[in-house]
Amino acid sequence: MIDLLIIGAGPAGLSAAIASAKQGLAVRVVDEFYRPGGRLLGQLHEEPDGVWWNGLDEAARLTQEAIELGVEIRCGVSVFHLTHSQDGWIVSTTVGEMIAPLLLIATGASEAAVPVPGWTLPGVMSIGAAQVMTNVQRVRVGQRGVVIGINILSVAISRELQLAGITVDRMILPPSTTVSGTAWQPQAVMQSLLRVAHLAPSLLIRMGSKMMGNSWMQKLAVSLYPSNGFSMWDIPIQLRTAAVEIVGTSQVEGVRIARVAADGSPIAGTEQVIPADFVCIAGGLSPLAELAAIAGCPFAYVPSLGGHVPLHNESMRTPVPGLYVAGNISGIESAKVAMAQGTVAGLSIAKARGKLTNEQPLLDAIQQVKIVRQNATIQFHPNIVAGRALVGQMTAEWIAN
Amino acid sequence: MSQRIDHHPVLGSLGDRKQLPFYYNGSVYTAYEGETIAGALLAAGVRTLRVHEEKGTPRGIYCNIGHCYECRVHVDGVPTVRACMTLVQEGMQVNAGSILPTPLKKGGHGA
Repeated sequence: MIDLLIIGAGPAGLSAAIASAKQGLAVRVVDEFYRPGGRLLGQLHEEPDGVWWNGLDEAARLTQEAIELGVEIRCGVSVFHLTHSQDGWIVSTTVGEMIAPLLLIATGASEAAVPVPGWTLPGVMSIGAAQVMTNVQRVRVGQRGVVIGINILSVAISRELQLAGITVDRMILPPSTTVSGTAWQPQAVMQSLLRVAHLAPSLLIRMGSKMMGNSWMQKLAVSLYPSNGFSMWDIPIQLRTAAVEIVGTSQVEGVRIARVAADGSPIAGTEQVIPADFVCIAGGLSPLAELAAIAGCPFAYVPSLGGHVPLHNESMRTPVPGLYVAGNISGIESAKVAMAQGTVAGLSIAKARGKLTNEQPLLDAIQQVKIVRQNATIQFHPNIVAGRALVGQMTAEWIAN
Repeated sequence: MSQRIDHHPVLGSLGDRKQLPFYYNGSVYTAYEGETIAGALLAAGVRTLRVHEEKGTPRGIYCNIGHCYECRVHVDGVPTVRACMTLVQEGMQVNAGSILPTPLKKGGHGA
């Protein structure tokens, strides 16, 4: 009999497994991917201090630690249903039912698609797909491609593609549609990039030149208007160009693009087709929360956290007895935040199981989440703290009523 | 030409791996141990994994982590297997599937 079943072997799920197993809980982790690590597996970027964040190593470290603590990790297992009974959670999986008194859903995020005509052609994929293919499967997604959608995630992954010898011809905006949010508006996209300008060519940071960093920011601000945009790591980022259509017969052959005005509207007569053998679509991330919905958990719609998130408090408890969440399902943030949240969830669950004799580690872990968030290099959204506070307040009200 | 990234400036080089012959639509391909069907086929330049069941238009991977089901293939006769989530086994028979009949397409009642 296990005490805790964790759905998702990513940074949050593995960290929770480690924290709870350390308190003596019997823990099983399931994941539908063929190896543990979740989205950590594809992550590879250079931090401002010049140290590489290698998700493969991080995932291996977490997996090893969990296994040494006796955690059972079962990959290739998909979960398709949950119900609650007197015995606890009954979880329906592709290898049969699993029963556990306590359940942690750490399913992470999914990528939003962007409707661009031609997006079903082979060779078109999400930006995250290209990341996994390149860094995990170690196969080039093509020779020369176009990234549609300019955000912190797509810029970081474009750099990863470039490291693997793949040419990103340019990054451009998606077409304006009713579901594109502000991703097609040059001004809004530029503002979101300026928030991460301190990350920009970490080469500059290594050289320790504040002057250069400043001039890069200035260049970014004024170069919203030049036709070629600006380059990051020699990848042209074109805020005044949008995708119109992906063209090809049996696979991607190119992208029809058009210049857009400062307000994002296409400029007539500026269309051209540029050659490409692959296209990445970057629509941003939203919490992958279906299982929490099936479990009967109430939700809040909080744009700064990425959309609909299951209600939860600082201890990562939801209002549903025995149900916990951690990581990107609770709001889109970095892997480091997910790991810190996983530790909170693991300790919180140990407490619920009567195995946490001293509450101090839990309180420290909750504090640690805030510290990690504060120090995060990549802030996905400026209003995360306010969004988190809102969810905490809604959760408290829900439980009180 | 193989599109495998054997040497990576940060992640390092892949060591020797066991070769696994498998079949896609009856033709033989070579995967390395630990490769997904989608990865092994893309390395060999195959982008189309299946055809749309109604229109017959080609489809490849989209999300590569099992959410979108765009890469669903038949494996050893089992339909709807995700090529991005499934490791190649030696001798595996992978098939793109085919166009399925749509007898009710025009609606019922003799429409």
